[in-house]
Amino acid sequence: MTYTKRLDGRKFDETREIEAKVGVVKNADGSALFRFGDTIAIAAVYGPKALHPQHLRDPERCVLRCNYDMLSFSVAERKKPGPTRRSQEISKVTEWALSPVIDLENYSNTVIDVHITVLQANASTRCAGINAAAMALANAGVSMKELVSSVSIGKIDRKKVVDLSKEEEDYEEGEGATDIPLGFTKSGDICLMQLDGKIRAEELKEVIRTGKKACKEIYEIQKKALEAVGEEI
Amino acid sequence: MSVDKKTVKQKSEETETEKIEVKRKITIPGEKIVSGRDFLPGEGTIREGEDIVARRFGLADISGRLVKIIPLSGTYIPRTGNIVIGRVEDVTFNGWIIDLKAPYSSFLSLSECSRYIKGDLTEYYNIGDILVCKVFSIRNKSIDLTIKGRGLGKLERGQIIYINSNKVPRVIGREGSMIRIIKQETGCEITVGQNGVVWILGNKIEDELRAKEAISFIVSKSYIEGLTDKVQDFFKNKKEEK
Repeated sequence: MTYTKRLDGRKFDETREIEAKVGVVKNADGSALFRFGDTIAIAAVYGPKALHPQHLRDPERCVLRCNYDMLSFSVAERKKPGPTRRSQEISKVTEWALSPVIDLENYSNTVIDVHITVLQANASTRCAGINAAAMALANAGVSMKELVSSVSIGKIDRKKVVDLSKEEEDYEEGEGATDIPLGFTKSGDICLMQLDGKIRAEELKEVIRTGKKACKEIYEIQKKALEAVGEEI
Repeated sequence: MSVDKKTVKQKSEETETEKIEVKRKITIPGEKIVSGRDFLPGEGTIREGEDIVARRFGLADISGRLVKIIPLSGTYIPRTGNIVIGRVEDVTFNGWIIDLKAPYSSFLSLSECSRYIKGDLTEYYNIGDILVCKVFSIRNKSIDLTIKGRGLGKLERGQIIYINSNKVPRVIGREGSMIRIIKQETGCEITVGQNGVVWILGNKIEDELRAKEAISFIVSKSYIEGLTDKVQDFFKNKKEEK
C-alpha cells in the first residue's frame, strides 16, 4: 500500500496549524511561542550579559548558548527530566542554526542564552524551537541579519510531505519514513539540515525545494507576530 | 549632541504628519525600511544595494535623510559620556568595580575620584553604595567611569527604581521637558541614569511615590504622541483625587 493520503487529511505541502506569539515570558529579555499543531515550544532569550567563568569568554565574538529541553509532561509517556543525549544534540544544532544570522561580533566577551522549552511534543519540536528562538532573539533587541525559519520535511514511503506529525514519523509500510528537519535564513541559505534514514540524491533536492517554500510561509507568520507585539507598544 | 537634537526638532516640526506615519512602522531584522540612494543608514540599519535594511527589532525613525531604529528592547550598552547610576560591586587596591546592569564590567579608578584619597578605599565608597558616574572611556569593552563633575557622586538618601533602559529618553523627554514636569509637580530631586536606574529623593515619602508612579506611567505609555501633555493630565487627576 502506498501513502496516497495523509493520516490527518492535510495536503502534502500543508503544515499543521501554526500559532506564533511574541513576549510570553515576562522576565526574559525576549521571548516567543511557536506552535505546529500539537507541538508547542517556547523560547526565552537572556542577554547579552557578562559570561562567567571568564575563561569561556571570546574577545572576538559573543558566545551563543542554546538549551533545548522537553518537559516531563510534554510526551504521552513521562519523560525523565534533565538533559539527555538527544536534547544536547538538538541544543547544539539549534546553536549552529541561529549563529550565522546573529551579529555576534557586536557583543564580544558576552553571552546570549537561549532557552527553548517544549511544552507539548508531537514531532518537529526542534523546528518549532528554532522558529520560536529566532523571534525571541529579535524581540530581545539583539542585532541580527535576518530571521531563521525551520520546518521538517518527510519522505513517507515515496511521497514528500511537509511538517510531519508523530504518526507519520512512525509510518513503517513501503519504504518507511524519513524525517528531514530543515532550516533556512530569510535569504534562503540552509542553516539546518539533519537526516535520519534513506533518501536518493534527486529526492533530497526536491525536499530542499519544498522546504524552502514552506519556510517562506512560516517566515511571514513570524514577521506578523513580531509586528503585532510592536503595535501594542 | 545638543546641536543634533535641535536639528532633529526642527525637522520633526516640518514633517510632523509625514513622520508620524513612518515612525510607527515596526522594523524586523532583514526587512527593508526604505529604498533609494537619498537615505543614509543610521543606527541599527545597514545599506544593501539600493535599500536600507533593518538590523534589529524596533521602530523606524526617518528624520530628513537619516534612517535609524529606535530600539524597544535590549540590554543597556554603555556609550562614552553617558551619566549612569551603579552599585559598588567590589573594592580593589586602586579603585572600585561598579555594577551598571550592563554586559560589561565597569571600573572607577582612584585617579578619577574627585577627592584626595589616602588609605582604605572602603572608607570612601564601600560595597553596596550607589554612585552616579559618567562613562568616560570604553576600551576593549571595559568601561572606565569618572566621578569628577557636577551632579556626580555617592547617593545617600532617597530611593532607586529600575526601568527599561530603552525608555530612558522618554522619561527625560525632549531636552529634559518630561523630567522637568515631574520635578516641578512632585518637588523631588531626580537623576535618571542612561542604564535605566532612576534615583528619586523627595521631602516626603508621598512625593517620592508620586514621582515613581509618574515614571512607571511614562514607561508603560511610551511611544504615544503628546506624552508630555498626558503626564500633565496625570498629575492633574492625582490632585483631584486628593
